[in-house]
Amino acid sequence: MTGLDARVPPGALEHKWREYRDDLKLVAPNNRRKFRILVVGSGLAGASCAASLGELGYQVDCFCYQDSARRAHSIAAQGGINAAKNYRNDGDSVFRLFYDTIKGGDFRSREANVYRLAEISLAIIDQAVAQGVPFAREYGGLLDNRSFGGAQVSRTFYARGQTGQQLLLGAYQALSRQIAAGTVRMHPRTEMLDLVVEEGRAVGILTRDLVSGAIQRHAGSAVVIATGGYSNVYFLSTNAKGCNVTSIWRAHRRGAFLANPSFTQIHPTCIPQSGEMQSKLTLMSESLRNDGRIWVPLRVGEERSAAEIPEAERDYYLERRYPAFGNLVPRDVASRNAKHVVDEGRGVGRLRNGVFLDFAVAIGNLGRARIEAKYGNLFEMYASITGENPYETPMRIYPAPHYTMGGLWVDYDLQSNLPGLFVLGEANFSDHGANRLGASALMQGLADGYFVAPYTIANFLSSHLGEGTSTESQAFHDVESDVRARIDRLLAVQGGRTVDELHRELGRVVWDECGMSRKRAGLESAIARVRDLRDEFWGDLKVVGTGEELNQSLERAGRVADFLELAELMCIDALDREESCGGHFREEYQTAEGEALRDDERYSHVSVWDMSEPGTWRLHREPLLFENVTPSTRSYR
Amino acid sequence: MRITLEIWRQENPADPGRFETFAVDDVSAESSFLELLDQLNIRLEREGRRPVAFDHDCREGICGACGVMIQGTAHGPRARITACQLHLREFADGDTVRVEPWRAAAMPVLRDLIVDRTALDRIVQAGGYVSVNTGGAPDANSIPVQKEHSDLAFDAATCIGCAACVAQCPNGAAQLFVAAKVGHLAMLPQGQPERYRRVVAMVDQMEAEGFGSCSNHRECEAVCPKGIGVEWIARLNRDYLVAKVGGLARGR
Amino acid sequence: MKRPASLWRSAIVQKAAMAVSGLVLFGFVLGHMAGNLKAFQGPEKLNAYAEWLREIGAPAVPHGGVLWVARATLLLAVAVHVAAAIQLTLVNKKARPRGYKRLQPVQLDYASRTMRWSGILILAYVVYHLMHLTWGNVHPDFRPGDVYANLVTGLGQWPVAAAYIVANLLLGLHLYHGLWSVFQSLGLDHPVYRGARKPFAVVFAVVVTVGFLAVPVGVLAGWLEPVPRDVGAPRAELAGGIQP
Ligand SMILES: Cc1cc2nc3c(=O)[nH]c(=O)nc-3n(C[C@H](O)[C@H](O)[C@H](O)COP(=O)(O)OP(=O)(O)OC[C@H]3O[C@@H](n4cnc5c(N)ncnc54)[C@H](O)[C@@H]3O)c2cc1C
Ligand code: HEM
Ligand code: HEM
Ligand code: SF4
Ligand code: F3S
Ligand code: FES
Repeated sequence: MTGLDARVPPGALEHKWREYRDDLKLVAPNNRRKFRILVVGSGLAGASCAASLGELGYQVDCFCYQDSARRAHSIAAQGGINAAKNYRNDGDSVFRLFYDTIKGGDFRSREANVYRLAEISLAIIDQAVAQGVPFAREYGGLLDNRSFGGAQVSRTFYARGQTGQQLLLGAYQALSRQIAAGTVRMHPRTEMLDLVVEEGRAVGILTRDLVSGAIQRHAGSAVVIATGGYSNVYFLSTNAKGCNVTSIWRAHRRGAFLANPSFTQIHPTCIPQSGEMQSKLTLMSESLRNDGRIWVPLRVGEERSAAEIPEAERDYYLERRYPAFGNLVPRDVASRNAKHVVDEGRGVGRLRNGVFLDFAVAIGNLGRARIEAKYGNLFEMYASITGENPYETPMRIYPAPHYTMGGLWVDYDLQSNLPGLFVLGEANFSDHGANRLGASALMQGLADGYFVAPYTIANFLSSHLGEGTSTESQAFHDVESDVRARIDRLLAVQGGRTVDELHRELGRVVWDECGMSRKRAGLESAIARVRDLRDEFWGDLKVVGTGEELNQSLERAGRVADFLELAELMCIDALDREESCGGHFREEYQTAEGEALRDDERYSHVSVWDMSEPGTWRLHREPLLFENVTPSTRSYR
Repeated sequence: MRITLEIWRQENPADPGRFETFAVDDVSAESSFLELLDQLNIRLEREGRRPVAFDHDCREGICGACGVMIQGTAHGPRARITACQLHLREFADGDTVRVEPWRAAAMPVLRDLIVDRTALDRIVQAGGYVSVNTGGAPDANSIPVQKEHSDLAFDAATCIGCAACVAQCPNGAAQLFVAAKVGHLAMLPQGQPERYRRVVAMVDQMEAEGFGSCSNHRECEAVCPKGIGVEWIARLNRDYLVAKVGGLARGR
Repeated sequence: MKRPASLWRSAIVQKAAMAVSGLVLFGFVLGHMAGNLKAFQGPEKLNAYAEWLREIGAPAVPHGGVLWVARATLLLAVAVHVAAAIQLTLVNKKARPRGYKRLQPVQLDYASRTMRWSGILILAYVVYHLMHLTWGNVHPDFRPGDVYANLVTGLGQWPVAAAYIVANLLLGLHLYHGLWSVFQSLGLDHPVYRGARKPFAVVFAVVVTVGFLAVPVGVLAGWLEPVPRDVGAPRAELAGGIQP
């Protein structure tokens, strides 16, 4: 288990972070200017980190593939952000948020990190409000909260259905201020294509200018990867089209460890696929489950419309199976159950690929106006996508890939096993274990960027004062040749299949075998299938144009090439973990009632994959020690 | 159904550009407009022709990346949505649809339907923020905000920076975008200390970028996917005039 | 004088100047229109009114003093209004060097789209109108001082009356957009009166237009009788009028 010290500081859980912070080494203000830090990503994690480092006086370069930092995928988050403010006096506390997050993650995350996250959650809200983020308020002028994702306390702060947008704009504004101040140089439409590692330490990155195609070298004293998640490995997901695993994967290939890659979250409330050409799936906020009732017809092959099916012939399967939580069971449970009833042939809609989310009772009880006030924009969105009116016919929903708990392995400092490489936000694996609770990704991204990385990066830099950076080293030279060779290779295939076709096919394989439920045989066949697809990709891909121009097909090809490698590792990881936990459901490991069966004896660890030998993976395990909570079986019955 | 696309093609900013026409068969009415472009691109690639470049990312109307003139209207014929939210049910079988990039001197075409919108970022950089550093913010509830103001601020803050307002404005003005950003912060207590300095800095930057001026044509609000109204422009003008004429922007 | 110069450079300030000058001009046309209606009270009233305009402030102010101040203000307003119109038009042309194949507007109205043209035509009309009824250069039978007679004989020729009618309809159009636009340009907006801004513009545009039109229409329709030659004493100083 080489190099796998999470470096969790000693001391009582509640004091760890504060005491550790007191001990961290600092960089004097006049020295900060001497360090250049590369921040890849301008989402909540990247933008907040780049802005905070800029404010401190470091020289920062920030990169994103979109035309503006403001468009990072964090912009799409709808529901809200958690914080243990206990403004509602309903018994919330840092410990409770910590406990809920650990439990929600099915006891597969690191106690110390999660506790720190819960602790920092308080400051995030303060920071956001000071920036002018217009959170929902009550008539008294104070902040409103709601209960989200089945939490028993109201700790979720929200800005209508656009919380991610508002938080990201807050961070983007802070970033803009630093760009104007000259501390941050922003590089939009720039994609990171590789990581440069010298003597085991991350020293820079290679990028491609997406407009001119120019390949550029950037050297930094530290590299921060905050490039989000890789749900797009499934092709159809709720993520933006450009979301990718490239920076994570390139870092992995250069020696950074990848943790729990198979831990992905399939979100239960998305609009089902409607056609062959569909390019992405749209999430309907989870908050809908607060008032909507989920059901399918009792009968297989039901032909009648929803309105014609009498009450007695409807199966409100979540309420039936989980009387205590009903429609508010956690995401993984809700998703799995939906899959189950659809697989039985009881799905609804033209393609029989959804379940009903019915507001008839809520509209009856609260009135249409109340429902409209609460969910108006969501209903509108649904109507515009499906052409159906959800006030009159029930919505149809189905799970869709949404979030990846897995990611680059990091220690307590959010530093990977490669010194100088820090990983923040969804790109790291740190806080959500095997399942993420609603409204906690925004919290994590901002905690990492505003309040953790600026301290731990300083600590790292303090011992590297006076060391220059250069893009002229052999390492840069070698990586640049690799990058160029890869682009040339992609362009040289000149076969017959487009990137999208191949990606779609990959997505189907991963969705079928490494999605909501997994089993040995399926995973094994998926691995073989992915390898075949990879051969097909490199043997029959068609990319038109050159590398020296704006070429979106080339961009996608590079990303899909990485997904094709990641997919294999996801399956290997899923195969290796012979238990069911959180979003990882192995059919072989379930209780008599069909619930996930965890195996704490054998699998209370993080699976950390090491590819430092190209082409093969070595597995390290980071044991998870629970000193403050006792792993229990999650029960929502 | 079959849709004929008349699409603007342009290699680079220097290329004069031209329209090209493609008929796309077998499109599903369930598809979105961008999926129609996907379908066209797959065909073009198979034929070894360069696919049409267009900006897009979230495909759910929130990132602001997408945006083209569809039938001469920004984001297409349907109100209050982005191009990615437009579905082909809005069209009839056999329709010919003209697709053009946003056009404004301050947003040059990079290729085909992609334009350079960094001018909008520079306007925000000029002052579209509250100058607070990370850390040290007071407890969130120590700043009460009247709910009506907070809601209004939110309305303005929903701007996705798509630039449809600029594209549709007969004058190529960015007034609505700037008004939304300025208005969001001017509506909140947090934004007060820098209120007048901010509006002057942002408007001056807007004008320096070469956007047009506002003649109150109201086309911008008609195409704004977030329904941001021209009353924000009135508020912007007021703040700017108060700052400039009233000499409140000391030091600027 | 760096400040005013830098002020003028801003399009928002120019537009505000346009709004203020537009309001001044609007104030003038409103008053002018009301004054014209005295024609319906007969030659004496109208001519007396014209004379009174020159007497305001007397004896503190010299004869015609206030009128000259008003004229100077008007001239300045026109200058500012036109200068801003030209400047802003240039800025807007530059902002979109290459237009769309065909822009499909959503709610753009005819009035706002044609402000530039209605403005230019109004200006042309005013010049003609001054030559016609103030200086008399183009009047068939101009009698300094006899405003009523000049009116009735001048507008008695139907092509002239038609030109007046068209020009005043254009003015109505200009004001229909302009009077709403003024609120926006000066930042006058509040939920309390937001809804009243458009009706305000409509009402005043209609009032001004109808009021002005009443005279040429009245002459054509014969409601305004030509009057005996001896009514209204000619006054020498009027022959001067506004010198170009
Ligand atoms: C539809 C939806 C709704 C959600 N709702 C919620 C919610 O209500 N509450 C919640 O807590 N979480 C929610 N989430 C999850 C949450 O939004 C994300 O996990 C979080 O925003 C990720 O932030 P990030 O900063 O890590 O990455 P992102 O926001 O994805 O940012 C990634 C950045 O990296 C850049 N980048 C990526 N690849 C490269 C590359 N190769 N080179 C250069 N730059 C690159 C991108 O340009 C971008 O700037 C939701 C997610 C989705 C998809
Ligand atoms: C002399 C020739 C005139 C020209 C060339 C002219 C031109 C214009 C133009 C182009 C505009 C719109 C400017 C913009 O929106 O950017 C405008 C606005 C306006 N005009 Fe005129 N105009 C003229 C005369 C008048 C007259 C005689 C009046 C009054 C009776 C008038 C009243 C207004 C008003 C009130 C506005 C609105 C100002 C605003 O939008 O804030 N104009 N004019
Ligand atoms: C049908 C409508 C109109 C009629 C019948 C009319 C009539 C007259 C008359 C009779 C005079 C001479 C008054 C005098 O010498 O005392 C006059 C002057 C003038 N009119 Fe009009 N007018 C009309 C419309 C307008 C309009 C629309 C404008 C401007 C946009 C205008 C601008 C002026 C000006 C600037 C003068 C000169 C005032 C002065 O002496 O300084 N008029 N008009
Ligand atoms: S104001 Fe509306 S149209 Fe303009 S950029 Fe913002 S969202 Fe787009
Ligand atoms: S369309 Fe243009 S003119 Fe003003 S009101 Fe909107 S910016
Ligand atoms: S692609 Fe994001 S708004 Fe259209």
